[in-house]
This record gives sequence, C-alpha cells and structure tokens, in this order.
Amino acid sequence: MAECGASGSGSSGDSLDKSITLPPDEIFRNLENAKRFAIDIGGSLTKLAYYSTVQHKVAKVRSFDHSGKDTEQDHEPPYEISVQEEVTARLHFVKFENTYIEACLDFIKDHLVNTETKVIQATGGGAYKFKDLIEEKLQLKVDKEDVMTCLIKGCNFVLKNIPHEAFVYQKDSDPEFRFQTNHPNIFPYLLVNIGSGVSIVKVETEDRFEWIGGSSIGGGTFWGLGALLTKTKKFDELLHLASRGQHTNVDMLVQDIYGGAHETLGLSGNLIASSFGKSATADQEFSKEDMAKSLLHMISNDIGQLACLYARLHCLDRVYFGGFFIRGHPVTMRTITYSINFFSKGEVQALFLRHEGYLGAIGAFLKGAEQDNPNQYSWGENYAGSSGLMSSSPELCPTQRARSGTFDLLEMDRLERPLVNLPLLLDPSSYVPDTVDLTDDALARKYWLTCFEEALDGVVKRAVASQPGSVDAAERAEKFRQKYWNKLQTLRHQPFAYGTLTVRSLLDTREHCLNEFNFPDPYSKVKQKDNGVALKCFQRVVSALDALDWEERQLALVKGLLAGNVFDWGAKAVSDVLESDPQFGFEEAKKKLQERPWLVDSYGKWLQRLKGPPHKCALIFADNSGVDVILGVFPFVRELLSRGTEVILACNSGPALNDVTYSESLIVAERIAAMDPVIHSALREERLLLVQTGSSSPCLDLSRLDKGLAVLVREHGADLVVIEGMGRAVHTNYHAALCCESLKLAVIKNSWLAERLGGQLFSVIFKYEVPAE
Amino acid sequence: MGGWLGRQRWLLRMGAGWLAAPMERHGRAAATSASSAREPVPGGPDGRRREPLRRRANSASAPAVGASAEGVRRDRPGSYSGATSASRQRVESLKKKRPLFPWFGLDIGGTLVKLVYFEPKDITAEEEEEEVESLKSIRKYLTSNVAYGSTGIRDVHLELKDLTLCGRKGNLHFIRFPTHDMPAFIQMGRDKNFSSLHTVFCATGGGAYKFEQDFLTIGDLQLCKLDELDCLIKGILYIDSVGFNGRSQCYYFENPADCEKCQKLPFDLKNPYPLLLVNIGSGVSILAVYSKDNYKRVTGTSLGGGTFFGLCCLLTGCTTFEEALEMASRGDSTKVDKLVRDIYGGDYERFGLPGWAVASSFGNMMSKEKREAVSKEDLARATLITITNNIGSIARMCALNENINQVVFVGNFLRINTIAMRLLAYALDYWSKGQLKALFSEHEGYFGAVGALLELLKIP
Repeated sequence: MAECGASGSGSSGDSLDKSITLPPDEIFRNLENAKRFAIDIGGSLTKLAYYSTVQHKVAKVRSFDHSGKDTEQDHEPPYEISVQEEVTARLHFVKFENTYIEACLDFIKDHLVNTETKVIQATGGGAYKFKDLIEEKLQLKVDKEDVMTCLIKGCNFVLKNIPHEAFVYQKDSDPEFRFQTNHPNIFPYLLVNIGSGVSIVKVETEDRFEWIGGSSIGGGTFWGLGALLTKTKKFDELLHLASRGQHTNVDMLVQDIYGGAHETLGLSGNLIASSFGKSATADQEFSKEDMAKSLLHMISNDIGQLACLYARLHCLDRVYFGGFFIRGHPVTMRTITYSINFFSKGEVQALFLRHEGYLGAIGAFLKGAEQDNPNQYSWGENYAGSSGLMSSSPELCPTQRARSGTFDLLEMDRLERPLVNLPLLLDPSSYVPDTVDLTDDALARKYWLTCFEEALDGVVKRAVASQPGSVDAAERAEKFRQKYWNKLQTLRHQPFAYGTLTVRSLLDTREHCLNEFNFPDPYSKVKQKDNGVALKCFQRVVSALDALDWEERQLALVKGLLAGNVFDWGAKAVSDVLESDPQFGFEEAKKKLQERPWLVDSYGKWLQRLKGPPHKCALIFADNSGVDVILGVFPFVRELLSRGTEVILACNSGPALNDVTYSESLIVAERIAAMDPVIHSALREERLLLVQTGSSSPCLDLSRLDKGLAVLVREHGADLVVIEGMGRAVHTNYHAALCCESLKLAVIKNSWLAERLGGQLFSVIFKYEVPAE
Repeated sequence: MGGWLGRQRWLLRMGAGWLAAPMERHGRAAATSASSAREPVPGGPDGRRREPLRRRANSASAPAVGASAEGVRRDRPGSYSGATSASRQRVESLKKKRPLFPWFGLDIGGTLVKLVYFEPKDITAEEEEEEVESLKSIRKYLTSNVAYGSTGIRDVHLELKDLTLCGRKGNLHFIRFPTHDMPAFIQMGRDKNFSSLHTVFCATGGGAYKFEQDFLTIGDLQLCKLDELDCLIKGILYIDSVGFNGRSQCYYFENPADCEKCQKLPFDLKNPYPLLLVNIGSGVSILAVYSKDNYKRVTGTSLGGGTFFGLCCLLTGCTTFEEALEMASRGDSTKVDKLVRDIYGGDYERFGLPGWAVASSFGNMMSKEKREAVSKEDLARATLITITNNIGSIARMCALNENINQVVFVGNFLRINTIAMRLLAYALDYWSKGQLKALFSEHEGYFGAVGALLELLKIP
C-alpha cells in the first residue's frame, strides 16, 4: 500500500534542532534557475525534486579564418579555443528528514527567482498533511499525484537511465551489493512496495501497470506490532533490536516438533513451523531483541512468499522491492532476499534499487514535466553531485552520517541526445562494458584508488594551468581536489556507493568533479598544441607510408596506431615522460613499443584478413588528440578508404582528458583534407563520416551511444569495429563480444596493469576477433 | 487411570482454563518459513517444497517415497524402529488379521495431541469375559469421562456413533490434550502396562518422531510412525464419507459478512477433486489433492494458529485459546489496523480497493496516541483478523496457481472460531469475485488421528 509512514532514517528526529547545519547552497543547488518542483513527503522523509539549468563554461574550438594568411606558419595554432557559457539541464533531488521541511521551504522561497513556476507536484502520505504549509511558504499550488503512478514512473526512469541501478543483495559476500547490468528491455517486472502495507504491481510498459495484489502485513505491521511488543517506538531502533535477536527463542521450529529426528528425516530443523509459536505461554519472558527478530522473519517471509506466488502466477522473474521497510536497510534486504530464494527455489530474483527512496519524487516530477518530454532524453547520474548509496545509513557509516547524513542528494544531467545500444553488440542484455569489477577485486581496487589519489596533484596543477587568466582557478581547483578526494575516500569504504566500482567510474567521477568546478576541458590547450604539431608531420608520415610495400605498410600503420596511443595524458607513466621531455616524438614512441610477438598478438590473422575482400564499413573509436588521431588513426583510415571501405570515425561529444572531441575531430579532418586528396574526396563523398559518441568519458560504454551513431552504423552496414586505447579497449570492452569483426588495440601504459596481464610497461594488445559463424 | 494428564504445573500458572491449547500442528507439513537468515539452512530452498509436479502414486503402500517435503527419503511410515521380536510379532499379527483392541489413532502436533479411540459397542458377553482388566479399564475411563486430568478433553459433540470399522460396530471418540503433557501420557501407559495388550500405537505428526524413544524406553511401547499428510487426507476422505451422525460433515457459509443473514449450510462434497486443503494448526500446510492417492504439498506458512495464540499471549496476557477468542469477539480491529479509507479517505479507486480493506495490519499502532487508546480486546481481534486474512490470501493465491476452486479449511485453529471461518469464507469469495468457495469440516483438527487409526486397521 502507499507509503503513509516512513522510516525515521536514523537516530535523529525530534531531538534535533530544526536549523540546517550545512551550507544550504551545497544542498539546494542551482535554485536560482529552478523552474519545476515536485515533492514526495513520506512518514519521516521528504524528497524534493526540481529541474534546473546549470550554466557552466565549455571550451569551444573554431577554425581560424585563413583568408589572406599564411597557414603554414610554425607558431600558429591550428584552431582557436574560446571559453563560452553553456546551459545544460539538470535534475536535482534532495532527501531530508521531515523535521527540516519548514526550514527547507523557507530557504527555497528565499532563493527562488523564477516566477513562472506556479505549481508543485506532490505525492506521498505527507502530501496531505503539509499541503497548506507548502502553499503558504512557496506560493505554489499543490497538485497531488497518485502515489503508485509516481513510484512506477520513477522506477522506469531510473531503470532506463542509471546504469547499475538495480542490485541483488548477497549476504556474507564482500561487498554485499551485486549490481545488475541494465537489461535493454526493462519490462515486464514486478514491483513490490513495502510501505506500511504491501502493494504488488505488475509493470508491463511505460504507461501500463496493474495492481495485482497486496498484503496488509508490511512495514506498518513490523513497526506497529513491534512497538507494542517491545515498547520501542522508532522503526530503525526496532530493526536494530531485530538484528541482535534470536528468533529461535520465540518461534516454534521444526526441530521443536520433531525432536532430534529431523536430522534422520532430512528435515531442516531450523525452519520455522510456527512464528511466535513458543510465546504461547505465560511462564516465560521474551527479550525485546528476540521478539523483534521473530517479527522481522515473520513479516519478511510472508512478503517473500506472497511475492513469489504472484510472480509465479504472472510468469515474472524480476521482482524489485521498495518502500520504507526496505530502504537502505541491509537487515530487511537480507531477510527478503532469503525468503524469495527460499520460496522460489532461486527462480525469482529479489532486486533492490540504489535510488529507491527517490522513485516517488522522480515520478511526481515527471508527471509535472510531461510537456517537456523528459522521457525522450537520456539522463546521466552526476557522480559529483550525488550522494552514494547508504550515504545516510547508520549501520554502515556512523561517522559520515553524523556529519551530512541528514541530506542525501541525487543529480542527473540531461544528455543532449538520446543514448542507445551499439547495434553491433552480440548480446546487449549480457554486455558489460567494464573489464574489471573493482568492487569484487579488492587488490585491484586498492591499487586504482591509490593511483587516482596520487595522480590528483597533477590533475589539480593541470586544471589551474589551463585557466591562466582566471583569478579563482586555484581556489576552484582546490575545491575540486577536496571533492574528488572525498569521493575516493567514500569509495574506499563503500566501493558500492555508485554501483559497480570500475576504472571507468573513477575516471568519470573525476570528470564530473572537474566540471563541477568549472574546469570543463583542462587539456584544451595541450590538445591544441599537440594537434598543431601532429598536423605538421602528417604529410611526411603519409609519404613515408606510401613508400612502403603493401605488407610493410600494413604493419607500419598498425604500429602508428599503437605509437600514437602512447601519447596519452591520462596515464601516469606517460604524463611523467611528457612533462619532463616535451620533445618526445612519434618515432621515439615507436621505439618504446614492445617488439612482436606482442602481449596479445593476432596481427597475423589481421594481415591475412586484409588480403581478402575489403570491409564494407569500419567504425573507429578514436582516442587521443594530436599524434594519436592525426598520425595514427588518419593514415589508418586513409588506407581503409583506399581499399574501398567506408569509415565512420567516432569521437567523444564532450572533453575527457586529452581525448579528441568530436568538434576537434571536425577541424582536424578539415585540415587534413586540405593536405590529402584521399581524405578530401572521402569526406566530400561521405565515405568518411565523423560522428559523436554521446559520451564524455575516457572509457567507452557501447550500450550508451549516441543514437545518430547507431543509425549510421545500421545504414552503412558496418562490419568492422576498431577500438583503440587503454580506456576503451582494455579498461572497457576488452571482453565485449560483437557480431562483426573487431580490432582492439592498446599500449599498456600502466606498469601494474601490464604486470597483471603478464607483460611489461608499453606491452601491446592487438586483439583481432571474428565472431563465430 | 486417574493420574494421566494430571500434571499441575500448567494449571498453577495458567489457571484452570488451560485445558487445551487447541492448535494442533502437523509439524513437518506446516514447517514453512525461512528461519534465521544469518544461518541459512543448507539446501533449504530446494529442500522444502515438494516438487510441484510430483504427485503421490500410492499413499498406502509406499507413502514415504516422494512424500518428503525435503526431497530426502524418509522412514517408511508404518515401519518399526528398534524391532524387537515382540514388535515383529505384532507386525505379523497386524498383517494377518484385525488388530487387537484397543484401537487408537494418535496425532502428536506441535501444540496439541489428538487421539481418536474406537469404542466397540458390539462386545459379546464372551468377549467381555475375556477382556483383560487393563483394556476394560481404558475403555471405561475414556468413555465415561469428558475430561481427563486437568488438560485432557473429550469433544463429546464430535463423537461418531454406530460406526462400523473392520466389521466391528462402535463409537468413535475424539480426545485432545496439550503436547507438553505427552510425558504424562506415556507414563500412564507404563503404569497401566499398556505394552501387555500387544497393541500397536499408530501415530502421526512430528511428535511421533520426537516421542518415539520415550514411548519405547518408558512405556515399552512401539510406535508405528505414519506420514502426516497421508493420514490427514485419508482421515478427511473417510470422515466425509461416513458423515456426521446422519448430518453432513462438510459445510460452508452463506452471506458470511452479514451478521443477520449469515448461515452455516451443509455442503455435499460429492466431487471432491481437485481440492485445496488448508490445514491450520500451529502453522499452516496447503495441499492440492487430485485423488485419494494423488496429492502434493503446495506450500505452507508459519503464520498459523500458534502465531495467533502466541501473539495474543504477548499482547493481552491471555492464557488460553478460548480466552483469546473470547477477547477477540469483543474487540474492534479497526482501531488497530490502518484501513484503506484511513489513508485515502474512502475507496482507492485507482486500484479498485474498497475503503474497508485493511491497508496495514497493526498500522495504527505506529502512533503512540493510538497505541494508548486500544484495548486488549482490540489487539486480540486484530491479531485474529491479521492471521486469518493472511491465510486466506495465501490459500487464494495457491488455488489460482493450482487452478483449483474449492478450498477446504481444517485444523484446530478453526475450533470454536466462527470469526475466522466467516472471514475466510468472505475473503475468498470477495477477492476471487465468487470464483472460490471456502469449505469447512466439523471434525476440524482430528483428521490426522483418524488417518492414523485407519492405517492401524489397514482400511484403504
């Protein structure tokens, strides 16, 4: 049933003073531009949602107007960079205890500039109670939305837009949260909402869902009956009692009835035959802990059993659990999971959601924002602005909670264009971008966290250096350092905080934090310089290649791709060399490369393939700016074009490290076209197409790519995918299975990783794969 | 015989009311719910439920095969452990001919022991002459009393008269006493030298295993252990076939929600199959019965009669089942439960939920003020409604999943419990939109014991 009484999310409550102790501008961010509000008021927690626009600086690149100028002057950069303000859309969600509601509403009122907003969507049991207060404080009309409709809208939204939203709970494993990769089709599923009662809803499509059943034995029963039995008033305290109790003192077990015989009969003696069966006596006192535990088992088992019966009747195997009974409580997630496994014999999976607490607020917001069509966009979780899972869990993080646990934040950025699967994935439902799961691999986790910590100084320095004219760059960079450092510390203790921890998520978090403090593209100048230098060498490199015979040329092209890949500011070993020796050249890079046979070497197979018919169309994911894209990728592209293969060159939509962006790639291609007739005609005839990936990550998630890219790939019948660079081909996609030929190449520029893979620094990965017939 | 069941320990604390905790349970059958999540039962999830499609081919000759809910082969019911030569002889004689008197069937549950006793009324003078003293004294004692010691009760109103069993005519008596008085019962057997009668005790229920050794070492009595689900089904089918002294055994409620119009009406179970059988003892077992020999255990729940009574004891301080029910009859559960209308002001139309439906059992008890405003009677009533609704809900889901539309509720939870029966009848009808029918049976909790007796007599 509806959430009409929610958990006190912790020890705080009546006794806490009602003032906001944190700087509110860190909580209700971007309020000035907030234009649409929704609120979900539960029994003890309020979730506020608003839509806002964020103004931030972006580095734009633009070709010079070359008319009347000598373009070949050595000192001149290849294009100009200008910093512009850009407005992007962001969804803010803030969760706080009801005790703060008045203070929060006051704060919002004082900072709300936008006067177009007239209405606030409200849901949750408390929406009735606080209606007048909201209308009075905010001068907004309260529009009440149906609780369950909001929950389901919210659930669909997070399942579609947040990778690693759902997880299974596995007790005794470390960590206990196992995140699920997003299934491309989230429907149908069962949502079991355990509020004061239980609602079981079957969700079939975006707009179609059906209440198929429920139970009155839910969170309210645990709380109400628990309060009667133990004289303990608070929900969290009851759970705490339960976690310390022994239910076998209260419950009648099979072994109590069968005696010792259960063993010889093969019966599980620990099974509960009758909940509270032993309490039918007046001669015994039962401890609060034991009764609370027995009650918890009774209710969890009952809900699990009913959920299984409904799942079976409707032939569903995915069951998401939500509601205040579940919300962030390992104790209840554990008992519910146990019950589901027990009653379904493993056929049904109990799934939980990272942002379960926000579903109602998200749904209410979406209801109110229907005219903006939020569902036609893709959204991305902003790691910089969001609190992690369990940020307010007293069980897991008592110290953190004391400081900031009263407020929990979720921010989602609206992405410019919708993201979809790469149509060439062999099995989108089992595709996992990341190669190593750092939540699983404690050794790797420790290494990478330390690695990112150690690299932080350099990143801060570079950020400051990238904005020489800014007066507050140093101050902002320091804030960035603090923020990212804190994220790393959180992840050390709670690797599951933002879903599965991976090298990709660590890199993405860093990018988000940099953006947060207006360092949109710290490498823009470096990239500009590198591109300029490399462009000057292009013709020499191409002539040298053309002079080689066919077979030599193929190897040289591949070596060029690999050598270009050594130029990567993202990898510490390389940035060290480059900082100390800026003249480190292309030829020197080639010398650094491992001699064949490489660490992974299927070059022979690739060469053989090249002797056959040309590919129809190659999709190439480029990596770094400068030498990599200009002297490595473009000559390779040129060769493919000469063979009669069309090429789609995909670059990042937004900046990440020194990776070449889509807009940079356009300029680079234009400059090369001016020098090279092959590229020139291919661009004109659209045999060479430049596209954006939709991503701003140094890694690559093939399940979240720009829709335009996917359309082109289909239209042109791409039959070869080339992925280069450590971030895209090793940290991610190393194991990605495609339904066409693929080439994954990278130079391992991290000695720890190289060692792990059984090689040395600058080992070469050349992985050419042909799908099984 | 006067001493048996005479333990006073319970009386001291519980008052004279504690003559019988009326919940029986079928130990293994009712065992349902997951135990400690901290220490999971190894293999628990696969172990518990009978394979859904596995049905019993023959429950009489080889009832143990596939009978185990745990998928582990159990002792053959009807097998004898520690076979001494004397017991073997008894087995042999059992096979050859009608067993010697006395004829008992015993069902030892988690809370209650159910005993059925066949009193032959066609005893010839010659027979009476030969009847050993101990046998005679048992007969006289059982049939001339309605209460035994402080806790044994004979349900006189259930007595089946002029029954013919194995060619003998007589009356069938129904007796119950708390399982915790089992040691006294065994001691009585020893004192009265039961073993000299060369009788066989056919027993079912978890207690048949738990007390087997005590029967042997203290009473020198050999128990013949029987599968409780087999016994339950055998007993139900048999009792239904003989009727209730000319009346119908099976009944249902018409207009169960209406105090004025509610009527208990006989039901002719002429087409018994398929049938969903819900046995509510301390816990609950749910069986799908397709024919006399073909059934499966569908599921069970640990929220049963034991939960109702246990919670009532904790919440109200009551000491007997009768007292708990009496309090419940005077209480108002809507003070304790949060109803749909308490949340939505009326019906929740979006989901077609009526305002009177319970949204959250004990939901009002989250509030301190409301906790202080409820009476013990209200709490007892709410406990009864909660447990009963939940059983109805699970039974309904099982009926849907198994595609069965008649549901028979049995077990001692229903004894003198019209509130629960009417609620089950109403809930099943309402939520299934008239598709499901709730049926009840007069001998509620005694079917297992009857089944055990039938095994003794080898009545198929």
